[in-house]
Amino acid sequence: MSTDTPADAPTDSMPERYLTVQRSDEFAGLRRALRGFVFPMTIAFFLWYALYVILSAYARDFMGTRLFGSNINVALVFGLLQFVSTFLIAWLYSRYADRKIDPVADKIREELTGGES
Amino acid sequence: MNSMILAVDAGNTTARNLTIVLFLAFVAATLAITIWASRQTKTATDFYAGGRSFSGFQNGMAIGGDYMSAASFLGIAGLIALYGYDGFLYSIGFLVAWLVALLLVAELLRNSGRYTMADVLAFRMRQRPVRTAAAVSTITVSIFYLLAQMVGAGALVALLLGIRPGTTFLGMDADTAKVATIIMVGALMIIYVTVGGMKGTTYVQIVKAFLLMGGALLMAVLVLAKYNFNLSSLLGDAAASSGNGAAFLEPGLRYGVEVAGNATQTFYNKVDLLSLGIALVLGTAGLPHILIRFYTVPTAKAARKSVLWAIGIIGSFYLLTLALGFGAAALVGGEAIREQDRAGNTAAPQLAEALGIDFFGGDLGGAAMLAIIAAVAFATILAVVAGLTLASSSSLAHDFYANVIKRGNTSERQEVNVARISALVIGAVSIALSIFAQNLNVAFLVALAFAVAASGNLPAILYSLFWKRFNTSGAVWAIYGGLLAAVFLVFFSPVVSGAPTAMFPDHDWQWFPLSNPGILSIPFGFLCGYIGTIISKETDEEKYAELEVRALTGAGAH
Repeated sequence: MSTDTPADAPTDSMPERYLTVQRSDEFAGLRRALRGFVFPMTIAFFLWYALYVILSAYARDFMGTRLFGSNINVALVFGLLQFVSTFLIAWLYSRYADRKIDPVADKIREELTGGES
Repeated sequence: MNSMILAVDAGNTTARNLTIVLFLAFVAATLAITIWASRQTKTATDFYAGGRSFSGFQNGMAIGGDYMSAASFLGIAGLIALYGYDGFLYSIGFLVAWLVALLLVAELLRNSGRYTMADVLAFRMRQRPVRTAAAVSTITVSIFYLLAQMVGAGALVALLLGIRPGTTFLGMDADTAKVATIIMVGALMIIYVTVGGMKGTTYVQIVKAFLLMGGALLMAVLVLAKYNFNLSSLLGDAAASSGNGAAFLEPGLRYGVEVAGNATQTFYNKVDLLSLGIALVLGTAGLPHILIRFYTVPTAKAARKSVLWAIGIIGSFYLLTLALGFGAAALVGGEAIREQDRAGNTAAPQLAEALGIDFFGGDLGGAAMLAIIAAVAFATILAVVAGLTLASSSSLAHDFYANVIKRGNTSERQEVNVARISALVIGAVSIALSIFAQNLNVAFLVALAFAVAASGNLPAILYSLFWKRFNTSGAVWAIYGGLLAAVFLVFFSPVVSGAPTAMFPDHDWQWFPLSNPGILSIPFGFLCGYIGTIISKETDEEKYAELEVRALTGAGAH
């Protein structure tokens, strides 16, 4: 058994069909839809997390500021906001993928494989 | 605070016996599952990927079980209990990291790979060099992680069973008990993997995830109930009992420590904190034992669902840990925790005992709670080491044996047999290394595993999936470059020598000032991947078209 080459490719002309699909407008749209969401979102959450870590290292007076006259300070709220933003981005992506990615991906796949895969 | 010290002292053996009974019950249940799973395991896909039959929810729980190690449960609770806010800061990196997996890796990997990380990396490359590099990296990362878990398990058992220097348990002193634990943990993980394969391992991880969440939730609710669900008064009490006052609730006691009168050291400490943060966030999506979990579901959509569930369960768990850590600081106290274990690893079990005494009728309730949480901690370790053993033996068999040595000419049955033998060998090697390292401080190996994953594996994966020009040379450069840079820098860092807390405290060859190499080794890994790519002319447009179409649409996916 060869474990690398996709031996399960339905027809011999598969490589060319992949190239054709890859160069199609429909696929370019799918790629744009995916990258247009995940790349900016990755940069955004990374910078947001980096800001949190940098403030934890270099802005300790600010992070230690107490809020609402309680023992809850900016650092704790900022940390909890990282949880909130993580949950929020996960939810947004799942909604976006359901609506904008899956239908196009399913359509292209069915066209390519004749509904086999 | 005397009553808070683990009740296993002074001949109180109730907790110890109950711990052993519960632990044996867990072992019996998981072995039964393993045997059941072995009957369902017939093909290579069953062994490596659990037949791709798990649902998104099941896999999400299993990811939680694979990811939340004893270092998370006991380690982070202990860090918060001793250093307050900084323990919380540490846990956040472990959660945010899942967004990399969700947005950039999980679905595309699921669609384009088959059993191992290297399936994706080698998809459009020359098989042998790329798979060799990926196998080296997978086994290195997994063994580092395994060592940290197994050495930790040995120390933990001696602590939780209350075997102190000079006392014995079943005729074993503390050192013998440590070795016995390491061998037992190693033997169980070998059995889970060789007999149960991915199916057995997955169910062990699911069961563990429920036990861990249940235990953490129970303790967190009790802690909060004690403070009438007023977070501020819990924090106030924790700060007061910690002996650090308000600083306990702010960053800076553990990471990025400001050393008075030593500006250089302060500077390094702060850069070290940034370095740790980067490695945690970028490492998760490059950990082989996490990546292979995405192959256990039928579709990319299910892979996405499993990451969503994983983010939910892991996030909730770290929020509970916040209550556990501050609860331990408030109700047990820093002094009593340090007395048991200087690193704070017993904070959660000590808190369990204190809560049991408080809520469930005195010493017996305390013993019961302690036993439950100790057994959960053992279950946690077992589930994680099984996942690591499976990842490394899969890579050894599928990448190295089947594709490098046999060049793809082997039968499915042969390959799975080799995977089983590999699990045995990796298990035996880990046991031997752990026994050798049992008295060394190897806790840094978890952070090193994340750094290697972020520096070598992640650049190779991201370039593979998103960069058309990427080629064999680039993949090999990225993996070896990132791996070697991370290991090289750590070898000359204060966690290996030249510091009282180092692995070799009596030697000093340290010159690299940071404990975490990520801030240098991660950009270096990405740079290596780039340079390696552009110095080679190789490109394969057709294979990239196939990879990209397959990754994005799932056409032709296994």
